[in-house]
Amino acid sequence: MPDIGFLAPYDFSPLTILSFALVLAGYGYALLHMSPEQRPGSVRIVTFVVGVVLCYGVMQTRFDYYSQYMFFVHRGQHLILHHLGPFLIALSNPLPIFRFWHERMGPTLRSWLRPLGWVYRVLQQPVIAAVLFVGLIYFWLWPPIHFDAMLSRQLYWTMNWSMLLDGLLFWWLMFDSRSPVLTNALGYGKRILILAAVAIPQMILGAWIVFSRGMVYDVYEVCGRAWPMAPETDQLLGGLLTWIPPAMMSVVGILLILRRAMHEDGRIVKPSRLAGENS
Amino acid sequence: MTRPLLSLILAVSVLALTGCFGDEEQWHGKDISGLMPELEFELRGTGGQTVRPEDSAGTIRLLYFGFTSCPDVCPTTLTDLRKAVNQLPENYRDDVTTLFVSVDPERDTPERLASYANFFGDHVVGLTAAEPELRDLTKRYRTTFGYDEPDAEGNYNVSHSSAVYVFDRSGNARLLLRPGLTTQQISEDLAHLASESRS
Repeated sequence: MPDIGFLAPYDFSPLTILSFALVLAGYGYALLHMSPEQRPGSVRIVTFVVGVVLCYGVMQTRFDYYSQYMFFVHRGQHLILHHLGPFLIALSNPLPIFRFWHERMGPTLRSWLRPLGWVYRVLQQPVIAAVLFVGLIYFWLWPPIHFDAMLSRQLYWTMNWSMLLDGLLFWWLMFDSRSPVLTNALGYGKRILILAAVAIPQMILGAWIVFSRGMVYDVYEVCGRAWPMAPETDQLLGGLLTWIPPAMMSVVGILLILRRAMHEDGRIVKPSRLAGENS
Repeated sequence: MTRPLLSLILAVSVLALTGCFGDEEQWHGKDISGLMPELEFELRGTGGQTVRPEDSAGTIRLLYFGFTSCPDVCPTTLTDLRKAVNQLPENYRDDVTTLFVSVDPERDTPERLASYANFFGDHVVGLTAAEPELRDLTKRYRTTFGYDEPDAEGNYNVSHSSAVYVFDRSGNARLLLRPGLTTQQISEDLAHLASESRS
């Protein structure tokens, strides 16, 4: 019989559970009530749900316990929160769902949300987005900061949520389904450039952790590991998880964008230079 | 457009980073003020009685998780702590209580724990509890423990925190003593802490 206890949250966070429940409920409601021609296909729905469930799983199950007390599991957790989960969510193109909810918002709510829109536009400047994406990884892996984040419950939650939100922003910028020809979405060339640019510092950081002789992150030593494991092995595995899969995600992202760019090449043409001002 | 933005981000991040590391700590240990909750527990003493932080109120509390079959880390740490306390100015030596919490309740019987704690000094208190309570306490201080598979003789290794949590006289979490500190450094930190809040 499978161990159900594994699915129970280690560190129960009502806010996290509520957020995930709202996202799934909002998505489901929109699916049921939107016009069929706008409704995403089943593959896209599954992709979205898998992405959301993965992120939930690493935050609110026993997995979170191992993430707190094993460096390499922690790296796996961030790989999902910052890369894989948001990657799938963005790839599933939830834009029709956003539109659905946007249409149903009252004017008051819209004006309330306006500052959020400004923040969003600033954060989605290509340079800011790229610097933020890599900067957050470096920030939370800066040894003194990492130490504090693992000691303080509040900082720990801030860390995980900041990774998830930044991951969503970043991968949405990369996989924005709107054509750069017709809208002000980021051009494919720039997207590819950013994906390649963010891969390099991540590879350097991962390699640095892998080849470090001493203990870089002694907090796991100080706080005890989930099970007795050689600290060197833990650090080596964690370094590899920081190094290889994120670099691969960048490559996969580049391939997907290239495919789209080639697909769209010549097929989507701006109606006319003057008329194309829907930005 | 992007160039001034970039320099702004760089400037802000540099400021933020220096701001974070700016206050050079006067402690040898790691300052954990504000990072951790205050001292709170309900454990079983070696006499079977319930022990709470109030029992040692007014003293500096050193919280350490270990087990008596621990081959090296625990004895070394406890010896270092004893030496550090003995190096304190005489009027402070009775103001430090070491709380040794065994995370191996299976093997650490009250008698065994008592003789182990006594060996390391008068102000060392041996404590333990059932595993779920220990899990709650270690979770509160963001640490954990785990057991290895037992060998043929039934001996097994236990992974546990190697740091000592230091609480001031009021029970606030103040310092984390990581391995690698000299007894002199620990002693200085304890003296500093003992002097600042004598009430």
